[in-house]
Amino acid sequence: MKRLFLVFALIGSPLFAVNPDEVLQDPALEARARAISQELRCVVCRGENIDESNAGVARDLRLLVRERLLEGDTDQAVVDYVAERYGEYVLMTPNRDGANLVLWAAGPVLFLIALIGGVLYMRRRARTGEGGDALSDKEQARLEAILKK
Amino acid sequence: MITEVGHFALILALGVALVQVVIPLIGAHKGWQGWMALAVPAAVLQFLLVAGAFAALTHAFVTSDFSLRLVVLNSHSLKPMLYKVTGVWGNHEGSMLLWVLIVALFGAMAAVFGGGLPPSLRARVLAVQAAIGAAFLSFSLFTSNPFLRLAQPPFDGQGLNPLLQDIGLAFHPPFLYLGYVGLSMAFSFAVAALIEGRVDAAWARWVRPWTLAAWIFLTVGIALGAWWAYYELGWGGFWFWDPVENASFMPWLFSAALLHSAIVVEKRESLKSWTVLLAILGFGFSLIGTFITRSGIVTSVHAFSSDPTRGVFILGILAAFVGGALVLFAFRGRSMEARGVFAMISRESGLLLNNILLAVSSLVVFIGTIWPLVAEMFFDRKLSVGAPYFEAAFTPFMVVLAIVLPIGAMLPWKRARLGRTMRPLWGAAVLALSVGVLVWAVGTGRSALAPVGIALGIWLIAGAFTDLWLRTGRGPFKGRAARLRKLPRADWGKALAHSGLGITFIGISGLLAWQVEDIRVAQVGESFTVAGYEVTLEGVSREQGPNFISTKAEMRVVRDGRELVRLYPEKRVYPVEGMPTTEAAIANGLWRDIYLVIGDPQEGGGWAVRTFIKPFANWIWAGCIIMAFGGLISLTDRRYRVAAGAARARPVTKPAAKGVPAQ
Repeated sequence: MKRLFLVFALIGSPLFAVNPDEVLQDPALEARARAISQELRCVVCRGENIDESNAGVARDLRLLVRERLLEGDTDQAVVDYVAERYGEYVLMTPNRDGANLVLWAAGPVLFLIALIGGVLYMRRRARTGEGGDALSDKEQARLEAILKK
Repeated sequence: MITEVGHFALILALGVALVQVVIPLIGAHKGWQGWMALAVPAAVLQFLLVAGAFAALTHAFVTSDFSLRLVVLNSHSLKPMLYKVTGVWGNHEGSMLLWVLIVALFGAMAAVFGGGLPPSLRARVLAVQAAIGAAFLSFSLFTSNPFLRLAQPPFDGQGLNPLLQDIGLAFHPPFLYLGYVGLSMAFSFAVAALIEGRVDAAWARWVRPWTLAAWIFLTVGIALGAWWAYYELGWGGFWFWDPVENASFMPWLFSAALLHSAIVVEKRESLKSWTVLLAILGFGFSLIGTFITRSGIVTSVHAFSSDPTRGVFILGILAAFVGGALVLFAFRGRSMEARGVFAMISRESGLLLNNILLAVSSLVVFIGTIWPLVAEMFFDRKLSVGAPYFEAAFTPFMVVLAIVLPIGAMLPWKRARLGRTMRPLWGAAVLALSVGVLVWAVGTGRSALAPVGIALGIWLIAGAFTDLWLRTGRGPFKGRAARLRKLPRADWGKALAHSGLGITFIGISGLLAWQVEDIRVAQVGESFTVAGYEVTLEGVSREQGPNFISTKAEMRVVRDGRELVRLYPEKRVYPVEGMPTTEAAIANGLWRDIYLVIGDPQEGGGWAVRTFIKPFANWIWAGCIIMAFGGLISLTDRRYRVAAGAARARPVTKPAAKGVPAQ
């Protein structure tokens, strides 16, 4: 039960995530910092990025991100910097390499398989049904003529 | 005393459920009417017993009986009465009891209203439903008994998590459970049909209302959860692609697919084995959702009580039911020969595409949810799959779905011509495209999200109503308008549900693309401007609530010199639970929400204040409600009642000969 409280304490404490004192002067740089923050996971929370999280660690990471940006790092360099220190776990977008390719390819591949399966099924059904009760083009034309009257 | 009676009733219910599994199954196999008929009173009795147990637990919560372990852990004498009651299911043990109650309730409803079903099918459906009930009753009794007593009761309880003391979250779980468990009915029907060896239009007519009801409950439950997150978490996020959210979303997608494919079985007697498979998978994903939530195996912000024994138990239930059903399907699925024939372009193929998109997108969500586990177990990589993955991998399916939906919904059965179906839809397409281009032109050009999302939303809405209008036939406007009101409710339900989806599309894309955020330190009396709204922090006071202490700010919002609204955002601390919560103050509007949050006092004086302008936020929930309402209207369609009557006549005209071939 205690753990449940802890978990909820992490997501629900009222200090809102980004505090006024963290915000950078330069709006363009701040916007980049916010975008990067959404790509980084709060390591002690469950499923929250550091931009949303109220945890202390998340605040430290947000400050670190802003520090790196002020140093003149590119967005990718900042993300890499953090990932190097905290591991792949902090990345909200999983890397597209190694076994993760399965994860990234899953959607399109499954869709293709399902689509091919569906088309094959329909062709089989259409063939078994030919000459059945489907209308030929001539009958179709006649039906339309009747309906138009 | 009442507690012990409740405990005993729960144990008796398990006994009744076991009888309800065995006797009717044997009866249906041997063709013994009496044994089959036993399922009906057993289902009702099982429900009454579980309801008694649930009432006993509620009684303990309402009277704050602190000799009960569960009440001590989750209640407090100072808590408002409403949350004493909702506290019954605001915890693992109580929510499992609610789950079991709903399983038994649906079983009893199928028993009472299932008079029109062939007796052997009804007996088998109730037996399978009782098997699910028995599995979860033993789960409840053996691993998470809500009726455990304490030898030394304390003076007061430890309180309920303050986040759960909220009207949105209080009713979020019951709706989700009604949805999850509603899918158990579809599952029971599917397994019974596999045992029976027969799936026909009458079967589909029985499965569809259950699936539709489950889908409605899931829609409402998910919307309540999203709405709660929006106003409670203090920054207006509404969907996190968190494992537990995904756990409710996957069954939603599957139930949406199932209720569409059941239409094909009902109307055209095609896609039978596919529909049975969907019914099995839909409930399977409900069980997977339960497993994810209860086992804590995938870390999540919601993870309720992580306990390995419970996880293993649910995994066992999952394996037994879904595994068993799939094996049965492998043996019997092929025997369900389809009758209806259809061409490559037809309503049937449109619905098949709908099913492919929904099922594949649901599987993508599933893979994304369990991938961290797979990667850690098999590839020794500790990684996260967060929102950006789901947005990239899931959204395209929804875009394709929205593009094809209005066309597919208007294709005639059996054989269609795309050009002819498109003809009345060109108006909707042009409208959607021009609004999209307009949004693109006036927008900041930053992202394609708003133009595409809004164009798709309008396409869905306009397409749905074009369809509805065409159903009124030909003739003068007045006659058609009159006929509009007399259309079958299913037609209205379809139009409303589809346009609700469009409204949600507009809401999500408008909110994400155009939200404005402002974070600052404000002194009392200070004004600042956010997106044309002048916000003034008028004052901050401390107030005492029933079981919390609140820091309450008064803020005034002015636009064009006119006062729009005064808002009172709060920050509460619940001393019993030792936890703070944010109560954002929101001025709801059709076009935008003004969303204010008060934070901590700052060192140099003043308060941290966060202001959001959230365009179209209410469209998200409104769309969900309209979708659910469309489902409800469809559920009340006369045809279901007529169908029930027709099915009642059936067993008389077609005696046992057709019911037996399974043997």
